[in-house]
Amino acid sequence: MTIAIIDYGMGNLTSVRNAFAHLGADVVVSHDPGVLRAAKGVVLPGVGAFGEGMAHLQELGLAQLLKDEIAGQHRPLLGICLGMQLLLDDSAEHGQHQGLGIIPGKVRRLAPPPNDPPYRVPHVGWNHVEASKTEGLFKGLPENEAFYFVHSFVCQPERPDDAAGWSEHGERFVCALEHGSVWAAQFHPEKSHKAGLALLTNWLEFVASC
Amino acid sequence: MLMPRLIPVLLLMNGQLVRSETFTTHQIIGDPLHEVARFNEWKVDELIYLDISRTAGLAQGRRDSGNRAYADAMEVLEAVASHCFMPLTWGGHVTSLDQVRDIFKRGADKVAINTAAFETPELITQVSKRFGAQAMVVSIDVRQTEDGYEVMTRGGREPTGRDPVSWAKEAEDRGAGEILLQSLNRDGRGTGYDVALIEQVSQAVTIPVIACSGVGVYEHYAKGLKAGADAVAAANIWHFKELADRGGKRALQRAGFDVRM
Repeated sequence: MTIAIIDYGMGNLTSVRNAFAHLGADVVVSHDPGVLRAAKGVVLPGVGAFGEGMAHLQELGLAQLLKDEIAGQHRPLLGICLGMQLLLDDSAEHGQHQGLGIIPGKVRRLAPPPNDPPYRVPHVGWNHVEASKTEGLFKGLPENEAFYFVHSFVCQPERPDDAAGWSEHGERFVCALEHGSVWAAQFHPEKSHKAGLALLTNWLEFVASC
Repeated sequence: MLMPRLIPVLLLMNGQLVRSETFTTHQIIGDPLHEVARFNEWKVDELIYLDISRTAGLAQGRRDSGNRAYADAMEVLEAVASHCFMPLTWGGHVTSLDQVRDIFKRGADKVAINTAAFETPELITQVSKRFGAQAMVVSIDVRQTEDGYEVMTRGGREPTGRDPVSWAKEAEDRGAGEILLQSLNRDGRGTGYDVALIEQVSQAVTIPVIACSGVGVYEHYAKGLKAGADAVAAANIWHFKELADRGGKRALQRAGFDVRM
């Protein structure tokens, strides 16, 4: 069972690869459409700007492939951080940019109330996550487990049912999605110690069951 | 609610882990990976690893038997990153965007830049644009003199005449995502953070400030957070105490902070 991590020039893939390798997964890092098609599960990681991420996916001819051949055929796809945001329809990061449109919704800047207390953006650090779905990513994890976040923008899915986890930084926001075979996390499971590795293990089990 | 972070800082000198005092005295601790394994086991919040070597090459002195030899600091980084399931910041001798790219490729999540950021501040913007502000930590070393605070570069040896508050603001404007604030006077002394310095810099910027230098007892951490830091870091206390993470976190809890246990 091969897991493919998409290499599209957006941020650090080494830590994601290291985490999956640690869990014993057979993992490849690639942007070759053939390799992605052949993989049992596909991971879209990424750190950086939304517009640039989308442009890179399109240049590599992967945007349509992810939408039609991976998500469209109900194959497992895991978005992490920017990779989660790219799954939605559009983002307001540095202008308006179209996303993959796999999960209905938009991406907007975190908007904590000013001053009280000073909520800093980017939201960097460990924060509690409240799971609203407990049979997927968060299966078997303790309630309100902490995960590592680094981001300034958040996903706002159109359908409340797509939300799998919530966190709070001056405002409550969706930090995990489960939409059919497409799952995603705003935080970094690969950087969240045992809780993060447990979450990735849940995803690997889901992939194996598909 | 976001929890304040407690961060160990490891110092690498010519391939070996060292402890530092006032940026001038360095005592060899040993293998560069040993502590990382402990920190993983303790599930520490985050790790900052700084290469403070002043000459190229590896130490000729003591070598703990059985330790793996590394060709250069980048090999150490790669080995550290493959064992590190927590956020990893790497710094020291970083001067170009190509080097930053290599550091991320080898598994770091953030890069800390000090001298090169000061001397060629465009680098801050380049890194921030290319890899995101969250990956760009500007490290500021500060010396206290009778006249006030002064930014120092080149491992604390080069005075700049610049006030740390104005430099921190400029770093933020240029795209820094975090400030790592160190004090030459407090480094390795164990007398506590420079609270006034942390207050001044934290108030001046909206990005997270990581306080460092001076922690001698766990109770010092809370003073850094109360002064306005978002994260508190230390180096030496992590080497010589068992369960340094637990101890530090418990002290923060007693001071009323919600930390990750």
